[in-house]
Amino acid sequence: MIEGIPMTHVLIVSAFMFFAGICGFIIRRNMITILMSIELILNAVNINLVVFNKYLYPDQLQGQFFALFVVGIAAAEASVAIALIINIYRRLNSINVEQVNEMKY
Amino acid sequence: MNYSYTILILLIPIAAFLFNGLLGMKFKPIVSGLVGTIGLGIVFLLSWYTAWQYFFVGGMVDGEFPKIIAMSMDWLQFTDKLTIRMGIMLDPISVMMLVVVSSVSFMVHIYSLGYMKGEKGFERFYSFLSLFSFSMLGLVVATNIFQMYVFWELVGISSFLLIGFYYQKPSAVAASKKAFIVTRFADLGFLIGILLLSFFTQTFDFTTLTGADHSIFESGAAKSFMGMSVFTWACLLIFMGGAGKSAMFPFHIWLPDAMEGPTPVSALIHAATMVVAGVFLVARMFPVFFFQAPDALEVIAYVGGFTSLFAAIIACTQYDIKRVLAFSTLSQIGYMILALGVSGYEGHEGVGYMASMFHLFTHAFFKALLFLGAGAIIHAVHSNVMQDMGGLRKYMPITHITFLIACLTISGVPFLSAFFSKDEILVAAFHHNKLLFAVEYLVAGITAFYMFRLYFSIFWGKDTQYHHTPHEAPKVMTIPLMILAIGSIFAGYVPFAKLITADGRPFESHIDFAIAIPSVLIGLVGIGLAMLMYRKETHIPERISIALGGFYKTVYNKFYIDEIYLFITKKIIFNYISRPVAWFDRHIVDGTMNGIGWITLTSAKKIKGLQSGYLPQYGMVFALAAVVFVLIFAFLVR
Repeated sequence: MIEGIPMTHVLIVSAFMFFAGICGFIIRRNMITILMSIELILNAVNINLVVFNKYLYPDQLQGQFFALFVVGIAAAEASVAIALIINIYRRLNSINVEQVNEMKY
Repeated sequence: MNYSYTILILLIPIAAFLFNGLLGMKFKPIVSGLVGTIGLGIVFLLSWYTAWQYFFVGGMVDGEFPKIIAMSMDWLQFTDKLTIRMGIMLDPISVMMLVVVSSVSFMVHIYSLGYMKGEKGFERFYSFLSLFSFSMLGLVVATNIFQMYVFWELVGISSFLLIGFYYQKPSAVAASKKAFIVTRFADLGFLIGILLLSFFTQTFDFTTLTGADHSIFESGAAKSFMGMSVFTWACLLIFMGGAGKSAMFPFHIWLPDAMEGPTPVSALIHAATMVVAGVFLVARMFPVFFFQAPDALEVIAYVGGFTSLFAAIIACTQYDIKRVLAFSTLSQIGYMILALGVSGYEGHEGVGYMASMFHLFTHAFFKALLFLGAGAIIHAVHSNVMQDMGGLRKYMPITHITFLIACLTISGVPFLSAFFSKDEILVAAFHHNKLLFAVEYLVAGITAFYMFRLYFSIFWGKDTQYHHTPHEAPKVMTIPLMILAIGSIFAGYVPFAKLITADGRPFESHIDFAIAIPSVLIGLVGIGLAMLMYRKETHIPERISIALGGFYKTVYNKFYIDEIYLFITKKIIFNYISRPVAWFDRHIVDGTMNGIGWITLTSAKKIKGLQSGYLPQYGMVFALAAVVFVLIFAFLVR
């Protein structure tokens, strides 16, 4: 941690990452990209967790450990999501999210 | 004294029923016939053995016949106090009924081997017969009123099945439904009566209810409803059930129609056993009626007397031979019910009770004989109607003789069985109520008249030309006739006053000649009139029926009771109760439910476009919603 950088700077970076993720999730059509956007969102949250922990309660570690859990969960989620995407590809020969709409009414 | 073998009396018929019902189709028809008949044969022997052991080996304890619980087990245990048991109770009337039911049922089983031969559904017939025998035997040995009710309904359903045996005939189906609905309606009263009685006495057991200890009735004795005590109501309602099964006025309408069933069934169910269940019920509960509800007993006497007169008059005008016998059954059961109604309890006072049971016993034999004889005639002539018959004595000698014996018996000719039992009934009626005595005296004459009208029309009368020469029934049918004829001659010599009395103590009874001689005379007058009118083909009956005009027509149409029922049910109940109820059901109840369904469906249709299946859209909604919630929590909730 570099001395003198205010907390807000880091939070701005994380907010930027978060909204980049949201935009990617909504705008992109490729499922892999959507998955990557989700990872961005999760990592933005991780940054927040670590930053708040470090600046507000420097003598405690809960926030950092929580960030570690999120990383673990994200890994599991990514593997499941990729398995799903592979199956969808085998079935539809496409990973375009617009073509995966069989679950509509 | 060990009576545990009596359980077999119930188990064998139910086993035969299950065998014939489940496996009967796999074998030749004769197998199921033999299984049923042999099973009933064993039951028959066991019942007579039970009777012998009960009356002559076990005998009296302290001068009266005991009530023995041969077997009892808990069936339904609701609470510590409320337990429904199933068991076997032996006392004089249940033992007597065992003998009657098993004997008649056995004869009918043998007879049906010939009568139903080659019929479609032979094994079905035998399985139903076994089911009926089981239910009736279970009814008579019931230890408590609830067990009796269960078997009572079983009897009702087997009667329904047997009446509707020819289920392809619409009239048989209608008759079976009518019988079931009418008796079921009456049984509703029975059930309410049971509940009332057991609510106030806290017991179902016959032993407790009819015992010497009357303290159980104290809690309800003071309560009254609409001017009658609770126990009068309970007894009247219980009698309503009995009246339904015994086809007493006004529930009699099902019995004549029930003749649509096969004739052996009519002999078994609608003459000798099931229809006396009502008499048996009143006899079983007699101490309750006598001590707690003497008013109900009075009602019973009048119902019995009225029905016997009413049915006897109708019987004179009917042409279907089985219907004549059906009305005669109504009339005779009226006698039994009346005798119970006029009976006292102790010693010679209880002569009515004894006479009723006595008449039940003798009636079972001669009425079963009459029906089986009628069956043999129908078998030979292929018709139920009197006009198609005549001069049959030449062709069917055995049926002729046995039928004559039965007719003489029912007319009360001296030294045949019904002479003794009818005499006792008339004695009981004479000492209690002169009006009822006069009615019964008149009915005795009418009975003789219509029975001999039947006899002469069938066996004498005109010489009808038959398509096929009628032939005597096969041996398997005539042997039961002969056995029953012997029964109806000699059943009257059983010393009933020594065996079956209201209080279980024997008394001395003797023939009261002051009553017996006039009753024999009126019987002879009836026979003479019938001989005059029907022995040769004459125009007298025709002229009488024309002279009576409207009255004859009313009687011929059974006093239009069926039409009144139809009017009440179809015109009044249907129009003024069922229709509004149906309207309410269709429009209000169904409307509410349909409205809820319609609202859900329509709103779902409107919003189902939201389920686009398009993932980015879901994400958008999710994100915007999250923003909205954040705004709400940030600015509105503090």
